[in-house]
Amino acid sequence: MIRLAAFGGVYSNHLALRAVLDDIPRRGADLTWCLGDLGGFGPHPDRSAETLRECGIPMLRGNYDDSIGNDRADCGCGYTDPRDNHFAQISYDYTAARTSPDHKAWMRDLPTHRRLELDGRRLLLCHGSPRRMNEFLWDSVCPDAFLEWLCRSFMVDVILCTHTGLHWHRPLPSGRHVVNAGAIGRPANDGRPAAWYVALELDQDVRVEFRAVPYDHDQLAREMEAEELPPEFVETVRTGWWTTCLENMPAKERRAGRF
Amino acid sequence: MSLLQTPSLPASRFPEQPLSHLDALWIQVAGTLCNLACTHCFVTSGPSNARHPMMSRDEIRQRIREALPLGLKEIYFTGGEPFLHPEMVEILEDSMPQAPCTVLTNGTLFTARRLERLRALSEGSRHSLEIRVSLDGYRAEDHDAFRGPGMFTRAIQGLIQCEAYELLPIVTVTQNTDEDPVAFRERYIAMLRDAGIQRPRLKVLPMFRLGREVARSGPYRPVESLAGVSAAEIEGVRLQCGTCRAVTAKGVYVCPLLVEESGGRMGDRFDQALGPFTLRHGACYTCYVTGMTCANS
Repeated sequence: MIRLAAFGGVYSNHLALRAVLDDIPRRGADLTWCLGDLGGFGPHPDRSAETLRECGIPMLRGNYDDSIGNDRADCGCGYTDPRDNHFAQISYDYTAARTSPDHKAWMRDLPTHRRLELDGRRLLLCHGSPRRMNEFLWDSVCPDAFLEWLCRSFMVDVILCTHTGLHWHRPLPSGRHVVNAGAIGRPANDGRPAAWYVALELDQDVRVEFRAVPYDHDQLAREMEAEELPPEFVETVRTGWWTTCLENMPAKERRAGRF
Repeated sequence: MSLLQTPSLPASRFPEQPLSHLDALWIQVAGTLCNLACTHCFVTSGPSNARHPMMSRDEIRQRIREALPLGLKEIYFTGGEPFLHPEMVEILEDSMPQAPCTVLTNGTLFTARRLERLRALSEGSRHSLEIRVSLDGYRAEDHDAFRGPGMFTRAIQGLIQCEAYELLPIVTVTQNTDEDPVAFRERYIAMLRDAGIQRPRLKVLPMFRLGREVARSGPYRPVESLAGVSAAEIEGVRLQCGTCRAVTAKGVYVCPLLVEESGGRMGDRFDQALGPFTLRHGACYTCYVTGMTCANS
């Protein structure tokens, strides 16, 4: 049996990152991957980069890392709603101004995806989807037919992705699996201020466990206030409900939230 | 040659868009039948237009069965007005277990019974159900100029009803002025909030000079064309015809915009419609320059 831990969407939540990195050895993992999007939303972006690089945990380049690393004008999330764009830009400008040139150069060169073969299974690790870095794979808009096609087209048995910020797992009729690891940097829009990551066990079966890790979210909220980040972001950290970047969310997921 | 005359250029002058994957299947469930006759309707739908007849429930089941093995991601129901179809809710009951569904409506035909059933469907399915209600102005006089007297009020009432059933409708608006896009969206959002919509969702579309809109604002001019644009220039642009096909009772079409245009029909069956499409229509130019998609995102 091989155990794989994966997380994504750190969003500068360096306290959640520490808590998840503490939890992974408790749960047990033979290998750990970060699926991208280190910055945005939270305070002091360099702290997360330093932590991750010190640990030597491999990471994919998410759209946020791609934008920050290449000094692009925005995060590449593709929002059109003015309110979402307003907050996304505040967050992006803050992160871009506080990410060191060394971290930017590192982000620029990160891989966009990684193929692994574990216990005879072919895995594809990606940020948004295997076909596009910023494609949102929400649970409610990914029918089996589409996910089977993705797995067939990319010749894999398991797809691991992130980008939406909400975790889900779909065992497919063919025996393949698609897993969205969710995010550790923002709560899962469920009223719980926790960080979520995924632990996989692979042998004849694929077992998927999502783990909610508590962390000192009040401390993070205080740091965000001290950095004068938007109160709307702080509210999300404190309450577990998303207040911004809701535009791309399908009705089903949106209804589960408060806003 | 007058500027309004379309030159007949060889197909080789236009770039082609291959179908990279069938993400979206557009189903013109109500054909061209609509309870309204909007002055900008790109398929010229109306109360007496049956050029594309309504599709039967069996026909729709069959089209979805054909599309699923291609890796279909989402289904859009359009018209005409989908809720004129006597079996629209039953069609959704058939379709929702297969894929997420979106219904594009003018918002004037909701009843409490229908909304209860839509809510139950939405709640009971793994897949998302999206209701998209069209608006053509944030003031009644603007919207009603396109859609008829009193239609703004009815559409707003429809939106309020939808939200009362927690269907969280998407308001689809056409940008028919030169207003700054950000200010335009902000005005809409503010109007919707004032009207009592607590969680407004907005999708903005450009105007297409097709169907009845041609009489209002004229046809595409020869310069509004992708003639001479290279395949390489098209490659980086996400044109929706690269990821969708549309079906009506009359066959398979490249996209929902061109079902009334000569050359938009690609065949009777999907296997005849999976090849590249030559981007020779004025609407292709609009898609290219605006980067728009009819899909939700």
